[in-house]
Amino acid sequence: MSLHPALEALIALLLVVGGAFALVGSFGLAKLSDFYKRIHGPTKATTLGVGGVLIASILWFTATTGVFSAHELMITLFLFLSAPVSAHLLLKAALRLERERTGARDPGTP
Amino acid sequence: MIAWALDATIAMLALALALCFYRLARGPSVADRVLALDTLYIDALALLVVAGVRLGTAVYFEAALLIGMLGFVGTVALALFILRGDIIE
Repeated sequence: MSLHPALEALIALLLVVGGAFALVGSFGLAKLSDFYKRIHGPTKATTLGVGGVLIASILWFTATTGVFSAHELMITLFLFLSAPVSAHLLLKAALRLERERTGARDPGTP
Repeated sequence: MIAWALDATIAMLALALALCFYRLARGPSVADRVLALDTLYIDALALLVVAGVRLGTAVYFEAALLIGMLGFVGTVALALFILRGDIIE
């Protein structure tokens, strides 16, 4: 197995960038002080991190086997569709929990 | 170079998993724990993909695909349970 050095460098860069984004997202999840701050980290950084890792996997399998490896695109597509939906639902759930705890009215209604 | 990058990525993803477990254990609210589980399955999916590249096999890809689909269903079910108290209306 001998890959082109430029392709190898690109795959390595994508892998490290993806891992770093996932780490930053999880670090934000652990470090930030409030749920509404915490939800920023995973929703943006983690999907970007998984995207980088999956592109690296596509390039690597395509380069080593010689056949275009498209099935990683399924995970990418599904994750990019599902991540905003789950984040929206979690945010609604957190708002409801806080409203129940404090007895406050729905924010946004006058 | 690519072996070094794979090992570094696996280390970073493992650290990310540890941080997710910290938030899962710490809480404080239910929504925080569900968010930690959501991040946990996405990081585990990335770790499985990297492990597949590291070991040179496509077997782990099916596991990653299953985790990706069922993890989303689990997150939506938990969020709807917090929101409404029941899942299927």
